[in-house]
Amino acid sequence: MIEVKGAHFTYPTGVEALKGVSLAIREGEFVAIMGSNGAGKTTLVKHFNGLLKPAKGEVFVDEVNTRSVSIASLARKVGFVFQNPDHQLFCETAEEEIAYALKNFGFEEEAVKTRVTWALNLLGLTQYRQTSPFMLSGGERKRLALASVLAWDPKVVVLDEPTIGQDYEQKEKLRQFIVQLNTQGKTVIVVTHDVEFVADCGPRVVLMAEGKIVADGDAKEILTNKELAFKASIVPPQITQIFLGLADFGLPTDVINVHEAGKILFDFLKEEVKP
Amino acid sequence: MPIIEVKNLTYTYPGGTQPAIKNVLLTIEKGDFVIFTGPSGCGKTTLCRCFNGLIPHFYAGKLEGELTFARLDVTEHPIYEMACHVGLVFQNPENQLFALSVEKDVAFGLENLGLPRDEMRKRVDWALQMTGIEELRERAPHELSGGQQQRVAIACVLAMQPEVMVLDEPTSFLDPLGAEKIFEVISELNKRLGITVILIEHRLDLASKYANHVVIMDHGTIVLDGKPQEVFDSESARLIGVGIPKATRLWQMLRQNGIRLDRAPVNSEEAIQLLRGVLKRD
Repeated sequence: MIEVKGAHFTYPTGVEALKGVSLAIREGEFVAIMGSNGAGKTTLVKHFNGLLKPAKGEVFVDEVNTRSVSIASLARKVGFVFQNPDHQLFCETAEEEIAYALKNFGFEEEAVKTRVTWALNLLGLTQYRQTSPFMLSGGERKRLALASVLAWDPKVVVLDEPTIGQDYEQKEKLRQFIVQLNTQGKTVIVVTHDVEFVADCGPRVVLMAEGKIVADGDAKEILTNKELAFKASIVPPQITQIFLGLADFGLPTDVINVHEAGKILFDFLKEEVKP
Repeated sequence: MPIIEVKNLTYTYPGGTQPAIKNVLLTIEKGDFVIFTGPSGCGKTTLCRCFNGLIPHFYAGKLEGELTFARLDVTEHPIYEMACHVGLVFQNPENQLFALSVEKDVAFGLENLGLPRDEMRKRVDWALQMTGIEELRERAPHELSGGQQQRVAIACVLAMQPEVMVLDEPTSFLDPLGAEKIFEVISELNKRLGITVILIEHRLDLASKYANHVVIMDHGTIVLDGKPQEVFDSESARLIGVGIPKATRLWQMLRQNGIRLDRAPVNSEEAIQLLRGVLKRD
């Protein structure tokens, strides 16, 4: 679905944000791109919808070189939810906000109406149909930005730091929602440094540091590797830290999730401590 | 010694139909490191805006009840006066920084206080040093990374030498190591200088090890108020949907299955220590 080949990118300020990145994401995959602030995560995903073009190397979306097509046609395939919803919301009402891109993409008036209603409902925003986006809370604005992207049904959804400013329950809802999107066949790419969120989702993890990909594998393998984590300014999940600290008792060291941890510890302890 | 005392505090924003906080009763001791948490819209930010008088002086609205800072009635002292006692650090440092150099940003609050030049210089140096950003002195804040900017924002507030620092999700834009560094800086200020810290936070896995006091709010009221271990391990914390630390959650899961260990931990270090104790005994 997305193929990046030896991409380099330097900002006009001279900051070299990507230093030879190669990556392939298949259709229907769920990928978390993680790494420290300034590692190049956002720069990389901005190449997925042609917002940025590599200075050296190539990027293909659905087998089309991003250099050869307009951002608008790429946006139809790759929907982007920015880190800060305020960078993306600008209409007078939530309804208009969702309708805006649909109209731009040339959807019929009736289709626009149906899709707006569908998207508002999907993200629990129906009651805010006539509300100004700027009257909404941070979490609601983020959901509105997501609704306006999902409305045109792109094949790929990129979410930049979706969990920022979300409380635990919203985060949990968002997690279920993202997992569901992915199960329905959408390619989902999440840029995040929320390790606990990734530990709960268990996607493929692409780890970046200083403009390069330093590791690529499943969440379990990468989040439990202390050295890798440190390189990418990530702290292993709390559960992993506990298990790493007890490795000498023969407990596994690759546990990331609290449910898994509960089962393992229960089995281990029922031998040791009689309940 | 209590530094902030709140009694039966109820506040409604201008134009609001319902109070944002209702009948709040709370005491914060001098030197406390308090975490405020709870679902979005639970009133935690509103309550913290009362501590430095932003409510009611800036936001107007209707405030009832008692609110004292070091026995001063906050409603009777203007914001510029309260700002010297209670410093506020926002979630997004971009909303707070505006000068062309870090040094000038840190000096801005002091200039407003009309401090003599020497004193200003001293305090700027000290604040930069305490937050570990001396080498950024001449840099423009908008060119810095998120973590660096947040340290500048903390330095700005610190230079005012407040007794209390309120931080509203100060690390949500930062990567975990960056967040940990900020918490370390805050914890140092708390331990070394005795500054009372009030931290509004959702990411309890990272933050809870620094706190000695946790307040959980829901629907404008305080539902839990106590030591981290008691609060996080209480059944109602889970029911409200607060993301209690995974270590505490793990203990609860074991307990449900009939394994009762000592008090629940709030972080991984405690969990490891407790489990090692259990395993060694046998």
